[in-house]
Amino acid sequence: MTTDLTLDNPRTPHARTKRGINWEKWGWIYMRVSGVLLVVLIFGHLFVNLFLGDGVNQIDFAFVAGKLADPFWQWYDFALLVLALIHGTNGMRTIVNDYVAKASIRRILHAALLSSTAVLLVLGTLVLFTFDPCPAGADPELVASFCEDIL
Amino acid sequence: MPAKASGAGASSSSATIEVPVPRRSLIPGGTLYRGNEGMWSWVLHRITGVAIYFFLLVHILDTALVRVSPEAYNVVISAYKTEIMGLGELALVGAIGFHALNGLRIILVDFWGVGTRHQKAMFYVVLGVWLVLMIGFTPRHLMHVFGG
Repeated sequence: MTTDLTLDNPRTPHARTKRGINWEKWGWIYMRVSGVLLVVLIFGHLFVNLFLGDGVNQIDFAFVAGKLADPFWQWYDFALLVLALIHGTNGMRTIVNDYVAKASIRRILHAALLSSTAVLLVLGTLVLFTFDPCPAGADPELVASFCEDIL
Repeated sequence: MPAKASGAGASSSSATIEVPVPRRSLIPGGTLYRGNEGMWSWVLHRITGVAIYFFLLVHILDTALVRVSPEAYNVVISAYKTEIMGLGELALVGAIGFHALNGLRIILVDFWGVGTRHQKAMFYVVLGVWLVLMIGFTPRHLMHVFGG
């Protein structure tokens, strides 16, 4: 057996072998930046929906409509959607890379993560920005009080 | 200049190097990492992360029902108001609280100059702050769920 192993001297500077964007580095940075933002956004989300008022019992269509009629909460929830879903998907990608040794299964799981994330991002964005808090013909008992002037 | 280390056909006059036998570790488990705060924070971070991820998938879908009809949304969201799900929400909030606080600890380990040195202490700070938050949230949520 002939091995020809070339070793650099201990203090040789690290030479980058691949050109282009270092996606792993940016993924690492993304987890930390989005993580800090999510701590603030999700604590606010839980405080308003589960702690204030009637807690979990207050959540119904009228409650959500009342929030999403306000552009502040629309963009708040949009930020939550994008930051949390990509943060979660990238975390799942890390776990797949850690535990799935077989390349073909890894590829399938990566594809499943990517496609489900893409679908949910599009769905969630459409819901947030095409949402009508007072849908025509809706039961007046179920919609927000401000719909009385419209319906 | 790169030094060459070749297997077959190396220099014939090789000196014998004395390598001391490693001392037996006093810590059970054999490493500084395994079985200690660093490992358990990592394990909990993974488990809570996966749990939160799958809830997030469901939560985006149930919220999307506001675009279908008020009736559809109210029917599905009423499932969150049962007693069993109320306890599930407590577990979810606990998981999110730990993942959030330990995530901040990870960031401090990465970016704070003395973060690695204080990672154990910071783990206990995470547990302490988590306990305070849960003591604040739990009674109020249980009152909402069980109608106090």
